[in-house]
Amino acid sequence: MGSEIIFYILSALSIFSALVVVFSKNPIYSVLSLIVCFFSIAGHYVMLNAQFLAIVHIIVYAGAIMVLLLFTVMLLNLNKESEPHKSNLIKVAAIVTGGLLMLTLLASLRTSQLPVYVSPTDLGLGTVQTVGKSLFTDYLLPFEISSILFISAMIGAVVLAKKER
Amino acid sequence: MTLILFKTLLILIIFLISLGIAAYSTYGERKIAAFLQDRIGPDRAGPFGILQPIADGVKMFLKEEIIPNVSNKWLFILGPCIFMVTALMTSAVIPWGLPLEISGVKYNLQVADINIGILYVLGVVSLGVYGIMIGGWASNNKFALLGAIRASSQMISYELAMGMSVIAILLMNDGSLSLNSMVENQGTGKLYGFINISGMNWNVFYQPVAFLIFLICAFAECNRTPFDLAESESELIGGFHTEYSSMKLGLYLFAEYINMFISAAVISCLFFGGYNFPGISYLQEILPANIVSLISVAVLFGKIIFFIFFFMWIRWTIPRFRYDQLMRLGWQWLMPLSIINMLISGAVLIWIRN
Repeated sequence: MGSEIIFYILSALSIFSALVVVFSKNPIYSVLSLIVCFFSIAGHYVMLNAQFLAIVHIIVYAGAIMVLLLFTVMLLNLNKESEPHKSNLIKVAAIVTGGLLMLTLLASLRTSQLPVYVSPTDLGLGTVQTVGKSLFTDYLLPFEISSILFISAMIGAVVLAKKER
Repeated sequence: MTLILFKTLLILIIFLISLGIAAYSTYGERKIAAFLQDRIGPDRAGPFGILQPIADGVKMFLKEEIIPNVSNKWLFILGPCIFMVTALMTSAVIPWGLPLEISGVKYNLQVADINIGILYVLGVVSLGVYGIMIGGWASNNKFALLGAIRASSQMISYELAMGMSVIAILLMNDGSLSLNSMVENQGTGKLYGFINISGMNWNVFYQPVAFLIFLICAFAECNRTPFDLAESESELIGGFHTEYSSMKLGLYLFAEYINMFISAAVISCLFFGGYNFPGISYLQEILPANIVSLISVAVLFGKIIFFIFFFMWIRWTIPRFRYDQLMRLGWQWLMPLSIINMLISGAVLIWIRN
């Protein structure tokens, strides 16, 4: 009963903060409520007994990515220039890419099935040991491929930063 | 006594102790600075100036509170609150001593023994950035913003090396992330496999490089000299807390000392055996368990106070780094060094265990 109440509170918080992200006029408030949203999602992970996922979620999203986002927003806020003019071509391109993304999402949602519910408490699915073991045995190839993706992104960032000088 | 009552009491005691130690760290810092610079230091309030922190606290509370007109009021107040809360939150996973036994029931002197202990510490530390950034931005002052940006980029950079250096310890600990099991493992077994002193199997003897990296990163994470670029008064007036006054400034300064206290505790737990001390098993044989438990708590606090002293010693010994030097040290020296350390210790462990 107690966990159900916590679940409802967390869900309400995550939905409310996600809505604030979209509707708030001030970009700083959007970023801060996005952080709140990440925290409530981490709370959901803890409720599912996946403490490792919860803390990694907080470290990666709230601790690193959102800090950089907040950086950018704060620095842009410093010099209050108007938004750069967007040409029609860019607008059309944005609409097309957005539509393509939606199409992909819809297509993948249509064929996917809801996973069978397993009680998380007795399996310990979210602990470090199980996550690590399955990453390095069952999902080794996707894991390595994504790490190559990260390395290429890192090298790309370094190359871009070097060009500025 | 139920478990919840015990935990509540424990949390209260830990908070009071951290606040007390933080308050007396300010006094200690001024005394040590005075000693190193051949001065006397504070000596007016009470004998040896021992009441100085209380006088400072009263002063902080009674000063006029100024909120800049143009700044974002709520965020301005939120900044120091977040900084203080994150500073206090870390103490939840630190094992403070051997379990106490009250009327036949064992009580762990640890608020939460979660299986992700050290990751929790790293996660909460990474959230401390928000207190600084929000406060610095909401001040609407270029110096404050510059200080906030310096502080947060520094903390993000040094978190990586910090996490990497901890991995070497995790490898030795059979992959368990719980701080409690780390401390327990350092209390059992022989040092290097043949030196038989009980409670002396400390990680620092196996991982001196990881210890050095972690120590340097802890300095950087706490914004302490030689890495106090966020508040370097000769360049930025006061850094991110330039616009703050009264107790809100007090919270920022206070939280820095709490951070120092907690990082000293984490260093002691990870590398210096936590509450273990040489001869612990002999004392366990001749003394009742609860007394040994209290001694172990005292030993941990002795280690913590030594590291706080070390933090202050470094502060008055080494001058501040330049910003590019700071970044070069973090990214080009500590990061590769910690990765190499991790690889070597992994290889050695595999070689020994096979």
